[in-house]
Amino acid sequence: MKAGHKFLLGAGVIVASVVVLIAQGVKETGVYFLTPTELAAKTSADPSFYDMGLKMGAKVVPGSIRRAPDNRQIDFEVSDGLRSYPVTYRGLVPDTFTDANDIEVIVEGRLGRDGVFRATEVLAKCGSRYEAVYDEAKA
Amino acid sequence: MTLLGEFCLWVALLLSLWATAVAFSGRWKGRPDLSASVSGAVYGTFGALAVATLALWKGLASHDFNIEYVAAYTSRNLPTGYIVSALWAGQKGSLLFWAVVLSLFAALAQLLTSRRHAHLLPYVAGVTSAVTAFFVCTMLFAANPFERMAFTPADGRGLNPQLQNPGMMIHPPMLYLGYISLTIPFAFAIAALLSRSLDTGWIHAIRKWTLVSWLFLAIGITLGMWWAYVELGWGGYWAWDPVENASLLPWLTMTAFLHSVMIQEKRGMLKRWNLGLIIGTFLLSIFGTFITRSGVIASVHSFTQSNVGYFFLGFLVVCCILSFTLLYTRWPSLKADVQLESVLSREAAFLFNNLLLVGIAFSVLWGTLFPILSELVRGSKITVGPPFFNRVNVPLGLLLLGLTGIGPLIAWRKASPANLRRQFTWPVAAGIVTALVLFAIGARDLYALTALGLAGFVAGTILQEFYRGMRARRRMHGESAAVALARLVARNRRRYGGYLVHAGVLIYFVAFSGMAFRREMEATLKPGESVTLASPFGHTYTLTHVGISQFEALNRIVSAATVSVAKDGRSQGLITSEKRQHVDSFRRPTFEPSTEVGIRSNLQEDLYITYAGSVGGTEEAVYRFTINPLVWWVWFGGFVLALGGLITMWPGGGAALVSPRRVEPGYQASLAATGAAE
Repeated sequence: MKAGHKFLLGAGVIVASVVVLIAQGVKETGVYFLTPTELAAKTSADPSFYDMGLKMGAKVVPGSIRRAPDNRQIDFEVSDGLRSYPVTYRGLVPDTFTDANDIEVIVEGRLGRDGVFRATEVLAKCGSRYEAVYDEAKA
Repeated sequence: MTLLGEFCLWVALLLSLWATAVAFSGRWKGRPDLSASVSGAVYGTFGALAVATLALWKGLASHDFNIEYVAAYTSRNLPTGYIVSALWAGQKGSLLFWAVVLSLFAALAQLLTSRRHAHLLPYVAGVTSAVTAFFVCTMLFAANPFERMAFTPADGRGLNPQLQNPGMMIHPPMLYLGYISLTIPFAFAIAALLSRSLDTGWIHAIRKWTLVSWLFLAIGITLGMWWAYVELGWGGYWAWDPVENASLLPWLTMTAFLHSVMIQEKRGMLKRWNLGLIIGTFLLSIFGTFITRSGVIASVHSFTQSNVGYFFLGFLVVCCILSFTLLYTRWPSLKADVQLESVLSREAAFLFNNLLLVGIAFSVLWGTLFPILSELVRGSKITVGPPFFNRVNVPLGLLLLGLTGIGPLIAWRKASPANLRRQFTWPVAAGIVTALVLFAIGARDLYALTALGLAGFVAGTILQEFYRGMRARRRMHGESAAVALARLVARNRRRYGGYLVHAGVLIYFVAFSGMAFRREMEATLKPGESVTLASPFGHTYTLTHVGISQFEALNRIVSAATVSVAKDGRSQGLITSEKRQHVDSFRRPTFEPSTEVGIRSNLQEDLYITYAGSVGGTEEAVYRFTINPLVWWVWFGGFVLALGGLITMWPGGGAALVSPRRVEPGYQASLAATGAAE
């Protein structure tokens, strides 16, 4: 076998393993990222979406946040304007999760058949986070 | 000041458009006056942008809150250092910072490039000016830092507390310097293609630039990890966040280029690949900027969504089409001079290394873009997170680590059995012994054993190279060990600097593997109560909540919780973690509260304490305690890598510059005979 062919063989092995690793990785670790409306549509079409690990992105319903006295459990409701879900999370929420009115959250976890989303992770992003609030005041 | 600044932006735009037009028209050929006007325009652009930058700094320093940017990112009670760094804290200011640094690099490229490459310079000026013009356009038409408002607020909003960190003053500029300096190698590559001077000339011209941008990226990424670790408070330093990934991508492809370019220099192979890598690296840097600034992909590091993203997307597409079309038209003249002779050769090892680096880059890019791709193709968004990146990149990274040990040892062209035996016996033995010892003391994790065994092998490689080089010098010159070592490195900076970089990477790998053993717990404690936490190194920490204190500092109201730490029963003192509410000069709160973590670091592990709030305003505190093994070694690895990089690029080194009377034929010959010389 010529050197060029041997090299191509080795290169083929590397390329193939990259492709296989990526394909397997996506298959086994990829999770759906849905809005509440999309999640409602998925669960009514296919009940296997209950208790499946997934992410949901939505806004926290103002005034719905209830913190446990020890600060380590938090219940709140999220909504995208059309559909809303109660969320319960045990753990410490990030600083960005405040009682302000416009926080967007990404919750990762499972939707139970009782309609409660049990989050294992909560990420929050405040709408005005890195940018100025003066936009509306522009001439 | 804003008038002057905006005027300077327009001047810079006109000058850079002039340089672009003249350079690409080709009319400067045989017209020295026109060539001179092109480089003159480059210097002028820098001058204009420098004045614009000073104007914005003046606005920041004089608290001119009528300027939107000043009001948005500073306040009267902001410490002076952060007023300086506010220049690059926001979208608009950082665009100006980008433009001014790019124009500085463009001017330096015109000024410092050897006259041998003079025929490339007008084209180089054309590319750099076109990119500068793009940035200035973006500012003028979408994100003007000099924009004034209809009213003047009494105080500004202040800088985001997470950006009020000394690391944050230098981390973004380091990354920017890395990103921006990538434009210069790209410009030379395009210049070589346009002028059809496709010998290795352009490669020599950009050697220093590629090293500089690679090093700045490496330092920027490491500082970014450090910032995330001390400031974001989740306990780790790398989360495979899209913006982190975006900074890693060009670094990976640039690392590939630094290796493959050696093959082109020595053997005249891989000309097309190298041009592709340089072009790809530049495109990835623009892509990274697009990710960071468009808000297309959610990230903790990103600026808010804005239409600046469309500018970058358009620019990315245009650059992509133009440069690959150009590469395609020159394809036939980029044939390799020779063919690969054996897979047991350094060429082949470097080629595999390149494939792995590009494969890793591809998988990171794929994972980062997957939410968008899956939504386009399948209609629903699917995301992949750290488990995906770890799964894919741990095996690829380990293969790469193995090649780090093989590459420097194996001969060019074709390795003989004797070469393999002489070079590999000790390093392979070192690797096997490392793995066996770890197995004997109880390590059973397959990945950790492989990683550390490979690390032993690579360490053996590096030590053997230094030892043999030093021994050769001692024999030839009768020098002491220390002198021989110092001269060895000083006379072969590129090579031994490179080995130090490998050592730095090796330390990174070992440090990263430590995170597999992190321990974490949450606790709610009344004053005087304590918990214990066992570390993977077998220590037991007893953590006792002391109390919470409230106080006011310069621009914030602080609630500080203190823990007293005992390790294996011996007191280690106190660690404090704070919740901060930043306020403006009227004591109105700005931003949401932020956490300042408490860290106690030693060579084995970090004790990382996060105060998560009190229970109902009492002195009962909620904590998260984390033990992160080997974190200190990440920063040390970064230091070694940066040191190696500096040695590699330090002016005046390298065999080529050894003056004739100092060439030592016997020494060279003996190095060649041991197979150690390149």
